Amino acid sequence: MHTFAEFIIVFIILINLALSVTGSLSACIKLVALQGVVAGVLPLMAGHGGPQGRAVAFAAVIILLKGAVFPWLMMRARDSSGASKDVEPLISYPASIMLCLGAFIASSWMGTRLPLPEAGVAWIVPASLATIFTGFLLITTRRKAITQVLGYLVIENGIYIFGLALFVEQPMMVELAILLDVFVAVFVMGIAIFHISREFDHIDTAELSELSDWRRGEYGK
Amino acid sequence: MEIVKPLFQILAAALLAPLLPGVVNRVKAVFAGRKGPPLEQLYYDLIKLLRKAPVYSRTSTWVFKAGPIAGFAALMTALAMLPFAGRPAALAFEGDFIFLVYLLGLARFGTVLAALDTGSAFEGMGASREMQFAVFAEPAFFLGLAALARITGEGSLAGMFGALTGETWRTAAPVLALLTASFFIVLLAENSRVPADDPNTHLELTMIHEAMVLDHSGPELAYILYGASLKLWLFGAVIGSMVLPRHSGSWASDSGMFLLVMFGVAAGVGVVESVLARLRLTKVPYLLITAFAFSALGLIFQMAR
Amino acid sequence: MRQALLVLPVAAGIFTFLGFVPGEDGLRPLLTYALLLLPLAAGLTAFLVRGDAPRRKLLLWTAWLHFTLAAITIWDYNYRGPYADGGSTIAPVWFAFDALGLVFLGITSLLFLGAANYAAGYLASEKRDPGEDSDEGFIFNNAPEAVFTGCLLLFLSAMTAVAASRHMGLLWACVEATTLLSAPLIYFHRHKRSLEATWKYLLICSVGIALALMGNLFLGAAGLKTGAGLDLQALLLRAGALDAPLLKAAFLFLFVGYGTKMGLAPFHTWLPDAHSEAPAVVSALLSGALLNCAFLGVLRVSSVCAAAGLADFTGGIMVLFGLFSVITAALFMLGQRDYKRLLAYSSIEHMGIIALGAGLGGGAVYGALLGAVSHSLTKAGLFFTSGLVLAAEKTKRISDVKGLWRRAPRTAALWLAGFFLITGTPPSGIFLAKFIILKEALALKHYWLAAAFLVFLAILFAGMARVFIGMVFGEREAKPGEKPYAEEASMLVPAAVFFGCVVLAGLFIPEWFNSLLALAAQNIGGRP
Repeated sequence: MHTFAEFIIVFIILINLALSVTGSLSACIKLVALQGVVAGVLPLMAGHGGPQGRAVAFAAVIILLKGAVFPWLMMRARDSSGASKDVEPLISYPASIMLCLGAFIASSWMGTRLPLPEAGVAWIVPASLATIFTGFLLITTRRKAITQVLGYLVIENGIYIFGLALFVEQPMMVELAILLDVFVAVFVMGIAIFHISREFDHIDTAELSELSDWRRGEYGK
Repeated sequence: MEIVKPLFQILAAALLAPLLPGVVNRVKAVFAGRKGPPLEQLYYDLIKLLRKAPVYSRTSTWVFKAGPIAGFAALMTALAMLPFAGRPAALAFEGDFIFLVYLLGLARFGTVLAALDTGSAFEGMGASREMQFAVFAEPAFFLGLAALARITGEGSLAGMFGALTGETWRTAAPVLALLTASFFIVLLAENSRVPADDPNTHLELTMIHEAMVLDHSGPELAYILYGASLKLWLFGAVIGSMVLPRHSGSWASDSGMFLLVMFGVAAGVGVVESVLARLRLTKVPYLLITAFAFSALGLIFQMAR
Repeated sequence: MRQALLVLPVAAGIFTFLGFVPGEDGLRPLLTYALLLLPLAAGLTAFLVRGDAPRRKLLLWTAWLHFTLAAITIWDYNYRGPYADGGSTIAPVWFAFDALGLVFLGITSLLFLGAANYAAGYLASEKRDPGEDSDEGFIFNNAPEAVFTGCLLLFLSAMTAVAASRHMGLLWACVEATTLLSAPLIYFHRHKRSLEATWKYLLICSVGIALALMGNLFLGAAGLKTGAGLDLQALLLRAGALDAPLLKAAFLFLFVGYGTKMGLAPFHTWLPDAHSEAPAVVSALLSGALLNCAFLGVLRVSSVCAAAGLADFTGGIMVLFGLFSVITAALFMLGQRDYKRLLAYSSIEHMGIIALGAGLGGGAVYGALLGAVSHSLTKAGLFFTSGLVLAAEKTKRISDVKGLWRRAPRTAALWLAGFFLITGTPPSGIFLAKFIILKEALALKHYWLAAAFLVFLAILFAGMARVFIGMVFGEREAKPGEKPYAEEASMLVPAAVFFGCVVLAGLFIPEWFNSLLALAAQNIGGRP
């Protein structure tokens, strides 16, 4: 079981690498969905003994939400905004993959520095931190608003995996509340993207800079 | 008795290497629905070329003649260091994998110099492309070997592959899988296979490796073609030894399995060549950076254990 | 105001009941859940109600009822003290009010009451005559009123839940809920700039709150051996047994996460945009109530740290970021051209001040709480008044507004009064708060800190004075096509009442308020 859990962790890191370099928006959405599903399956693998009923039910909810509902919302946002298929990165492919690798190295180093309890599965802490970094990378180095939402989902995935590393048991209600919050967040952001595309005829967030104290847009004159 | 086995290994590698390109071409032909050239086609080509008289251009110098020979010598030396079914090789010492990478570099250097010596535009173009890709391929290969050294705790190639058993695969499976993927990508790039380079192209502007050897003829071309098959054998041996750790104590059955795996790798290359399309030239470094990322990941994983 | 008269019998009924219901805590759990569920039910109903007039009535009724219930809860707490068991047992409870929660509940409820009254008039006038954008001249395309009112009520429910949460995980979920519910409110006037502001707000706050989730995980890990989970009561009582390095990491992440929502520099970048592009009602609620809720999150975790003996560590961080916020606000305020943006930076400044106060500890915590309450009231009043200024002058630019006292004298008077109160001129409650914080800083021998504090406050005062006095006084030329302007009383009254409260707080603090603040300060210090 342990090696299988390790495989899953490696797979998650490979998904991070793929996310940092993929050029197609639909591939990005599918990768984030895959990462969410894999992260949802992880607690069933890494636990001691067999999986209990509650854990299975919760994993099923996560797989449904992250594997089906979120990608559907994102695809709808993409179609309704008429965005092009490109991801439109602001930095080049080699730079992205090097940043992702660097993030992994940094998180491995941090994993040794953090005073955490002994994790059953190796690399779970560096993997989660690397996933969070990748989420930040997606938010800051991509133009489209949809990729920013995807970056937010990746950060949530990373935090979820991190929670597994810490063996923190949250009450069911809180975990459901967290999921509900993420769902509503994605929903609201999807609506916002639709509005952005309608107002601006594009969803290029690099252009959303009229309100700024650094660079005066048209508004400040 | 102990000296016979390594000698036999080198002899087997030297004699069987030209079969590999034949296997690749056969697999491609099967995919394309053709009958294809016979498996031993490269032998016929080599014999034919060795009997021909070479033609030298007036603008080339001794470098042009020396290049292929230097490459051939370097690759034959590398052959002596190669693992064969996980057995100790003829030439083994601490850190010999660094020596291997440098030998490959020397072979490439010889070819590139010979290409530049012709003074032709196509050769120069091929040389620059080859070096550009080598910049990305060599670190990937090197880091992968370093990760392997870290996993097994050995410093020499023979030791590394000797210590690689089924048990290692059970405990370090993800890392080894990553390294295998990385080595395979490097194999494709170094041996100018699709998706890095198309060996069957006739258009010089799309060539990378063949453009460098356009002007060679006769025995020099034979050395180059043979050297290319040796390189394919070399990378195939590395992958094969990783994928097939030694099982039984019998030398004969191990060697037999190893040869089978080598042909399997060649068949795999053939399948990849038939299924994939060649990448745009600017995207090939991206492919190699991906291989580098895999090797680096494997190394970091191993260090974080 | 008929609603005020009609809830009196309701209040009387609850008062009588309180004496009769047996049990140690009496009606408290009922009151708590009523406070939570009332706006929730009203909000959901508002989406279904057709007709704007009934919906506005629903808003007003809910606001008054909520305020009454909150007032009763506070009175009950003062009269009968904290929980009967003195907080020594750990019965895991999701929602309950302690002194700190009650302070923030009271402020939220009062602010919402004023906002509801203002909104009723505002929505009616927007319907009659949708405003024009001052720069680009297009007529506003407003969101449907049902969405606005519904989200407003649900927003109140979420903020009440934040004040009442006794579980850190639940607190997190409620803070995230406030972010999501306030986003449609900011996007009421539908145009490019407000959309940009909404997007920035959504993304930056959501990412910040995701980091706060990391902090929650660290907090849970710190208490792993003690079995405390994330229950606040349990954490406070077993604080000594918590793992110190993990607790520090938890504080850092939670501080960054909730600090983003609170508007501390350098995480404040969303605040000026969101608070300036939202309609005045929403800006008032955001600045006055929402920032406080985020501050409550920070205070809860710092109370756990204080109980565990890490008060120096957390205090240092809060002082550092508080001072940085004051400096940032002062520097950015100087060149502002939009008066609502100016008010937003003033919010950042005050959040910095109260973080600084809470970080200094000792008597400064009382000052920080007083500052939070006074700032909420004053800033809300100022935002209400800014809405009136916008209605009178139809421009958001400072340079275009001169001689306001001629066109709208009462608005101008309120505007000027608000300026004096927000910058801490006595007899403002804010003056008292800043004075207490400064006194504590000097008593703790942080001379450089006190000096920097004073210097930047002076810069802020000067900058704001120039703007406000320039807007109110001076000669005014009539703009072409201008209609004579009548000031609506219903929109003036809330601001006037709030300013009155702040002046009162500065002159004379009633005993019940004083003891409530003192108990809340003890809560921050780690007493459950």
